[in-house]
Amino acid sequence: MSATISAQVRPRGNRAVTFWQSTNGKKVVMAVTGAMMFLFVIGHLLGNLQVFEGPEKINAYGHFLHSIGEVLWIVRGTLILAIILHITATIQLALRNKKARPIGYSRKEAINSSYASRTMYWSGPIVLVFIIFHLLQFTAGYIHPEARFIEGDVYHNLVSGFQVWWVSAWYIFAITLLGFHLRHGIWSMFQSVGIAHPRHTQTMKRAALLIATLIVLGYISIPISILLGLVR
Amino acid sequence: MKLKLKIWRQKNCKEKGKFVQYSVDNVDPEMSMLECLDVLNESLIERGEEPVAFEHDCREGICGSCGFMINGVAHGPERATTVCQLTMRHFKDGDKLVIEPWRSVAFPLVKDLVVDRSALDHIIESGGYISVSTGQAPDGNTLLVGKETADQAMDAASCIGCGACVAACPNASAALFTGAKITHLGTLPQGGPERDRRALSMVSQMNVEAFGNCTSIGECTGVCPKEIPLGVIATMNRDYLCASVKKCEDTEVDISPVVELTAKG
Repeated sequence: MSATISAQVRPRGNRAVTFWQSTNGKKVVMAVTGAMMFLFVIGHLLGNLQVFEGPEKINAYGHFLHSIGEVLWIVRGTLILAIILHITATIQLALRNKKARPIGYSRKEAINSSYASRTMYWSGPIVLVFIIFHLLQFTAGYIHPEARFIEGDVYHNLVSGFQVWWVSAWYIFAITLLGFHLRHGIWSMFQSVGIAHPRHTQTMKRAALLIATLIVLGYISIPISILLGLVR
Repeated sequence: MKLKLKIWRQKNCKEKGKFVQYSVDNVDPEMSMLECLDVLNESLIERGEEPVAFEHDCREGICGSCGFMINGVAHGPERATTVCQLTMRHFKDGDKLVIEPWRSVAFPLVKDLVVDRSALDHIIESGGYISVSTGQAPDGNTLLVGKETADQAMDAASCIGCGACVAACPNASAALFTGAKITHLGTLPQGGPERDRRALSMVSQMNVEAFGNCTSIGECTGVCPKEIPLGVIATMNRDYLCASVKKCEDTEVDISPVVELTAKG
């Protein structure tokens, strides 16, 4: 126990800077950026489910997204900024947490936390790797195994992409982890910004689990339907 | 009954510690965990060995002095119980208990199972009070407090500052402790006027001490001997957020800035 930790005290500066420097402030930033990404996850799901309505519908939707050029890039820019802030805060907080307990317990039991909440540090990075892969496959078209990527033909790209079993398996695995991340995140973001009431805690936790489950089922219904040949 | 106790022994913070296994043969099921250690210590003293150091005072679960990890759980297997109130009937004959101190940089080890929890006192010093003019006590019913508010404040006020929340938290965060104090004082009318200043000061101090941050996982509330709800952390976050956004004229003084933790040595 020779390691000692002390905080440097600097003169009181800008309020926003002070807020960001506090662990609580970083958690608020994580909550807000998390909420933005969560809204994207919902919107993306609703858009993608149009694959069940046939090629015309989803291709028209894809075409519509590209036709609104500037707005699309504003949304993309906001999301990229949200991801950067979310990850920066996570890394800074995680490093601090590591320093807060350099000598661990010889034995430690978890008695009151969910598996999802304890594995946020794993589910997050894996989902990030998945998102990069996913963008390279379906947005940029760089990686598109066993089929040709056709710019603008969303339906073809989607179906031919998911017909490859390992693409679908990786997708289902990553989306399940996203579900775990959201199962804790959806509830935790309210806690971080201070919206909580003892009477509603259980309801909010259950709602988070329900929403996360619905999102996972919604997303994985697409590769499963394609693998089963229901969508061709 | 017979128990095997594997206890962390460490002379002081400078020397290296290690686990030492002891067998205690005459454990009465009605004994408390601390009484069991007393029995062990008596035999150690008789043998001329150094007794196990542990903190204790009231031995009725209200002072917050005692506390250590038993088999990886702060205050042991029973919920809403401090180690002084934990009776040995919850263990079976022949059980092996791994006993180790709270582990956190903010709680430097003093000896064996005793840690220095001054960091929690620093948080209290920074704002865990209300300012009142002395004089005659006001009439009992001048300030009306709703039942729900009173209950919420009382639940938070039951915190005894034992440090189990920090010990159980995988991040060694003091959010439950600080949240309990902020909720306890801030929700009552007497503490209302200083609510913003208190949230800023106590959160700042919590960040200046070597604690981790809250990830809302809930291990703290699970081991809390007073079962303080996780909602107090939300109250702290809300108060801190509101106070940070608001322009508070009276908070310009005496607030230590919140800064990054830096490791030395």
